[in-house]
Amino acid sequence: MSKLEEGLYDLGRLDRLAFLDTPVHRLDPRAKVVTTLVYLVCVVSFGKYDVLPMLPFVLYPVVLAADGALPLGFLARKLIAVAPFAVLVGIFNPALDREVLLHLGSLGISGGWVSFVSILVRFFLTTIAALVLIATTSFSGVCVGLRRLGVPDVMVTQLLLLYRYIFVLGEETMRMARARALRSFDDRGMGLAVYGQILGHLLLRTYARAGRLYQAMLARGFDGEVRIVRALRFTWRDVAFTSGWSALFVVMRVYNVPLLLGRFMTGLIS
Amino acid sequence: MSHHTIDVTGLGFSYPDGTAALEDVSFHIGHGESVAIVGANGAGKSTLLMHLNGFLMPARGTVNIGGTPVAKGTLADIRKTVGMVFQDPDDQLFMPSVFEDVAFGPMNLGQSPAEARQAALDALEAVGASGLEQKIPAYMSGGEKRLAAIAGVLAMRPEVIAFDEPTSDLDPVHAARVEGLVGELRRQGEYGLVLSTHDLDLAARIADRVVLLKEGSIIAEGPPRELFYDVDLLKGVGLIEPRVVRLWRELCRRTGRDPGPRPLTETEFVAALADGGRA
Repeated sequence: MSKLEEGLYDLGRLDRLAFLDTPVHRLDPRAKVVTTLVYLVCVVSFGKYDVLPMLPFVLYPVVLAADGALPLGFLARKLIAVAPFAVLVGIFNPALDREVLLHLGSLGISGGWVSFVSILVRFFLTTIAALVLIATTSFSGVCVGLRRLGVPDVMVTQLLLLYRYIFVLGEETMRMARARALRSFDDRGMGLAVYGQILGHLLLRTYARAGRLYQAMLARGFDGEVRIVRALRFTWRDVAFTSGWSALFVVMRVYNVPLLLGRFMTGLIS
Repeated sequence: MSHHTIDVTGLGFSYPDGTAALEDVSFHIGHGESVAIVGANGAGKSTLLMHLNGFLMPARGTVNIGGTPVAKGTLADIRKTVGMVFQDPDDQLFMPSVFEDVAFGPMNLGQSPAEARQAALDALEAVGASGLEQKIPAYMSGGEKRLAAIAGVLAMRPEVIAFDEPTSDLDPVHAARVEGLVGELRRQGEYGLVLSTHDLDLAARIADRVVLLKEGSIIAEGPPRELFYDVDLLKGVGLIEPRVVRLWRELCRRTGRDPGPRPLTETEFVAALADGGRA
């Protein structure tokens, strides 16, 4: 299986997980979207040298994954697969910021290394929260939630179509890649020029499909607004979920919970 | 809009690159009639179909649906009347789930969510696709997608349904299922059906009338029993007669039977055979 096929399969698996029936899955998408947004804002608003205060935030995705019966191994593999991007973002920090910020015994640790770890933790938390949101809500559910929360229709429509046609485009890419591979031997037919032509063809095919798709939408009365039939109900459970978690996130953002716990524990011991 | 007839008069169309796609095309489709537009690849079938609900506007001539001319100002009404099932269902199924996709048209017609939901459920049941509601189009088979696409059009309750190559790319079971569905719609007599196809076997089984296209012009028009037994005519437009026709002609040639009954379907063939070839 090619990397592209694996990627599409994993995307499909996330969607299938969203069809599980657990208390987390049954929550209104708006509740999960708002809660996740609060979570993301809290996580990304930490200072560049903050590491420890962010750690309690792991509670949210872990609790939701456990309650939602999500396979942690699968989520971990997805995290590892995209981790190189985070590493790439932060890898130059140790070289650029050499001022020693803290000591572990006799070992001085520079601000660059601390900020690098901070980026990795931030990446881990935000990505796992997004994965858990989609695996418990589905991408389309997230879009419906965003729409009902007042996000402009044109943006939601773009997201919906983008997600729907990722698969079609992916399959077309795979077919073209296979056709190329079947007629390429040694190094011939593998060059960048061929990839350029494949990309050009993909662009033309995408353009043609977009035209047909738009016609199909017009044929069924599309007038610029995508009307979705799915009914949503925001119940007291959703209110409790959103307000409870959001309050906890704010507390964890304002107070350095690990530090307070440490002081409390050491105070108890002494 | 009165009684779902289609009148095409002197229709001509050229693509922007100058390719003449249709030239002086005229025909009429009556209420409840099932008409197959047949021709070889590039004959102009799809271009003609796209004029029936205003995807393409006539460069010359007119297209009238139930007395209303296809024009920019009438497109909304025209598209309520003429539903179109696309050749590639991936072009048509763009919503996240089958149910939402089938309900898309009814919602745009101004139905309430409850009405749209019921229309979608009814349409899915009508095509035998109940149970696919929550499926995600990306993970469905070609046959399932085609049924869902047809349901999406049926849910709008149009008066005319245009099918672009309805059974292409389907396995025999799904092709038979789609054909059975089109046949059922024909029997109900509630819809005008227009099929663009180069599958003459299919056209022979489900069309009341056939329009033969060649290089954008109508070469002949009439009942399939008449046109499909005119081998020279079919050869002239780059088509081969349906299998049953070929078999019957060969049988008559070898045995000296009376070719009179002119069977078009397997059932008619067997009946004619049992009848000893007598008219």
